[in-house]
Amino acid sequence: MTEQKTIYEKSSPGRRAVRFPKPEVPLTALPNEFLRKDLVLPEVDELEAVRHFTNLSQLNHGVDTGFYPLGSCTMKYNPRINEETARLSGFAKSHPLQPSETVQGNLKLMYLLQKYLAEISGFSQVTLQPAAGAHGELTGVMIIRKYLYKKGETQRNKILIPDSAHGTNPATSAMNNFKVVEIKSDARGNIDLEALRAECDDTLAGLMLTNPNTLGMFEENVQEVCKIVHDAGGLVYGDGANMNALLGIAKPAEFGIDILHYNLHKTFSTPHGGGGPGSGPVGVVDFLVDYLPGPLVEIVEEDEEGNPFYDLVTPKHSIGRMKAFHGQFGMMVRAYTYILMHGAKGLREVSEMAVLNANYLMHKLKDTYKIPYERTCMHEFVIEGRWEDAPDIHALDISKRMMDFGIHPPTTYFPLIVKEALMVEPTETENLETLDYFVEVMLKIAKEAHEEPEILHAAPLTTPIRRMDEVKAAKDLVLCCVWPEDAIRAE
Amino acid sequence: MFHPHTDTDREKMLAAIGAKSLEELFEIVPEDIRFPDLDLPKTHSEMEAYNALYGLHTKNVPGIRMPNFLGAGAYRHYVPAAVDAILRRGEFFTAYTPYQPEISQGTLQAIFEYQSHVINLTGMDASNASHYDGATAAAEAVNMAYGISRKKKKKAIISPALHPHYRETIDTYFKPADFDIGGEDLDPWSNPDTLIDSIDEDTACVVVQYPDFFGRVFDYTALGKAAHEAGSLLVMVVNPMALGMLKAPSEFDADIVCGEGQPFGIGLSYGGPYLGMLATKKKHVRSLAGRIVGETEDLVERKRGYVLTLSAREQHIRRERASSNICSNQGLMALAATIYLTMVGKEGLREVAELCYQNAHYAASQIAGLDNFELVTDQTFFNEFVVKCPKPAEEINKALLEKGIIGGYEIGKDFDGMENHLMFAVTELNPKEDIDALVSALKEVA
Ligand SMILES: Cc1ncc(COP(=O)(O)O)c(C=O)c1O
Repeated sequence: MTEQKTIYEKSSPGRRAVRFPKPEVPLTALPNEFLRKDLVLPEVDELEAVRHFTNLSQLNHGVDTGFYPLGSCTMKYNPRINEETARLSGFAKSHPLQPSETVQGNLKLMYLLQKYLAEISGFSQVTLQPAAGAHGELTGVMIIRKYLYKKGETQRNKILIPDSAHGTNPATSAMNNFKVVEIKSDARGNIDLEALRAECDDTLAGLMLTNPNTLGMFEENVQEVCKIVHDAGGLVYGDGANMNALLGIAKPAEFGIDILHYNLHKTFSTPHGGGGPGSGPVGVVDFLVDYLPGPLVEIVEEDEEGNPFYDLVTPKHSIGRMKAFHGQFGMMVRAYTYILMHGAKGLREVSEMAVLNANYLMHKLKDTYKIPYERTCMHEFVIEGRWEDAPDIHALDISKRMMDFGIHPPTTYFPLIVKEALMVEPTETENLETLDYFVEVMLKIAKEAHEEPEILHAAPLTTPIRRMDEVKAAKDLVLCCVWPEDAIRAE
Repeated sequence: MFHPHTDTDREKMLAAIGAKSLEELFEIVPEDIRFPDLDLPKTHSEMEAYNALYGLHTKNVPGIRMPNFLGAGAYRHYVPAAVDAILRRGEFFTAYTPYQPEISQGTLQAIFEYQSHVINLTGMDASNASHYDGATAAAEAVNMAYGISRKKKKKAIISPALHPHYRETIDTYFKPADFDIGGEDLDPWSNPDTLIDSIDEDTACVVVQYPDFFGRVFDYTALGKAAHEAGSLLVMVVNPMALGMLKAPSEFDADIVCGEGQPFGIGLSYGGPYLGMLATKKKHVRSLAGRIVGETEDLVERKRGYVLTLSAREQHIRRERASSNICSNQGLMALAATIYLTMVGKEGLREVAELCYQNAHYAASQIAGLDNFELVTDQTFFNEFVVKCPKPAEEINKALLEKGIIGGYEIGKDFDGMENHLMFAVTELNPKEDIDALVSALKEVA
């Protein structure tokens, strides 16, 4: 590949793409004292712009271009129908502050989505406001705090987090001014019950639990774990990143989880967008409903014929607003479409096939790669990217080599408790041929690791660009195409 | 449904695993709660699902066809056709965070260009790859300022003329912390320089909006200077569309700039997904929240390329000591803004901004000319202004709606004693014809 120019390097003074009409109104003088002297932005024609972004897109790997078994991220197919429904003008063009009588369609959709998500997980109510999983965590931990403080239990200042947990869990707790205490995992990859009990005193605010956990395994003592925390007066927060294993399989509320975030961008097929937007609705059990961030959608009245009127309502003890307006509405339309297309039976099949795919891969790989905990896995599993007889090979090398076969690497070096971790999540939307191809590639790479390790060290060989100099990036810190002063000077 | 398994596939796979049935894979789930019945709608085919959604959308349609003068943090702007055409490329929207630079240069370079546009517009030195929205970016900005003071300065002074949702979000974020959010009791109509009296040694930052919630444009030079003298930071929340014609925040010596990027090619979509912008000066780059893309070279051929950088700030490395808990951001929305700014370019952005300004000023002068309506905004403004009506704003809006017009925002919902006030937003999508219709409707309903 030749080096890609930036759009600024393609810019040429006076060149234009989109034009706007001249004002039709009588003109008002511009506020001279506030006008900017110069603005540095690209100047290109429309074809150049379209070609630029098209060429850039072709440097990406996406679910649409190839297998993407990125663990914990649920890179399933993003149905095209979702993109159509979310762009229906009634949804796409409505303003968030429009009078409720002009947006009954939006409100009804939100009302039903709240209900469906609550039903799927066994909760009493769901807020759709949080913008992503981590934002849902922040919401949930704030609810824990407010609930306990309202009861006068202000000494409860610590949150327990298993050592296998995602980084957002401790970061979230810290943002809530809670002390973070790590709980170790036992030999089977479960939360160590003794370690848990030892921390369950009257300073306990709660536990952040991921089930299935980040090893892809179902927490064997999940009800016991929740009970221990409840008995000590704490609440259990569920990180719902792994809900793709549980649809129609079990309701997290029935494990004893009090609060849980969903990731619409994982489980409910909304696209990952090259980093986002996500959407992280939060469900709660009955006694926490009043604490949810506002607004929620409720039926506030019915006319004589029983037609409901939907409106936005703020709960009584709400922790407050988590963002402007009502949440990532466009993602809600997509998730709602997805739930409609599946129904109860279809959603259960989603989880069943996700788990079947993961177990199939794990079985095919287990004689070649070390599996740290040999149990039936749920929707994902972790392998170790290392062999004693290939000491120079790391998970990183294996990942990079996978790219040469058109496969996106699994999540690497997470969870932290597995050495050289490679976390594989195939999702339910991959067919058997793709899974078999993946196995074939993984076995070939294992062979290369032992026989021709230099290939792995040099990999990837066929990608648009080779391994990058990350040290230089952090040292030079070039964060912008042209610094404004330089551009102005150049003119 | 999108899982491709045939019965034969399932059998083959179960046999390979050594399981007799699918149910066997779930034996670990406690039996009494395993396989619950879900009370959900029946399975819809694609066609049925589309029809169901189509039906819901028509319940909004009359609303979206009306002339609309709502703004207050979300604005109707024309989105060039190429923006969505490019956003719909699967290579962009079906990828995730570009952890693997070798196969993510498309996303990475687009974010790098996004950062460049934000830097050029705001005059800052560094931008993150996006935040959730304007309100959460403002909360992160305050959190950054708190962190930059090493958590020694324990309060923020928030302009009373900041968007009320932003203030509420900041409040929510800081309730758990030993940190004060001030400025609430000040008069939202006063000059921002009155904030200077509240600044002291304990102030981590002062937060102002530009243009402010009411659309007014103020000079923040004195405020910035006073903040810096007390060792605190100036945080500016911007409408980036206004920066197409207005001075960059750097000219007031802002330290952190955040804002809502929705005006740049992102549809209203009933409030989201939008685009949180967050930028700062070079000396604070290590306190910035969220992902950052940096330029570098590949190790083999020394070809220029891009990677996520400074990740030691982030939750996946630093865990409870991270600068923020953010993980997924608004990548695709940042891409939308990047494409938008490329399509309109240097000249186009100024044109749109000036169209908003001209249309809004025309609307304001026409409404001010009506008997009994008073233009309350007596300051330079961009594309929003406040009017005092002869009747409660709610009544005016109801009457406008009956005439097929969506009126302004009722600011009495957020500010005491302003029950008769309406705030109108006017953009390039409110042509003269709509404005004239609004003015004659107001005349009739008053
Ligand atoms: C286990 C787990 N928890 C939390 C998160 C954070 O979710 P988000 O990226 O939507 O904020 C992730 C996401 O990657 C995750 O895998």
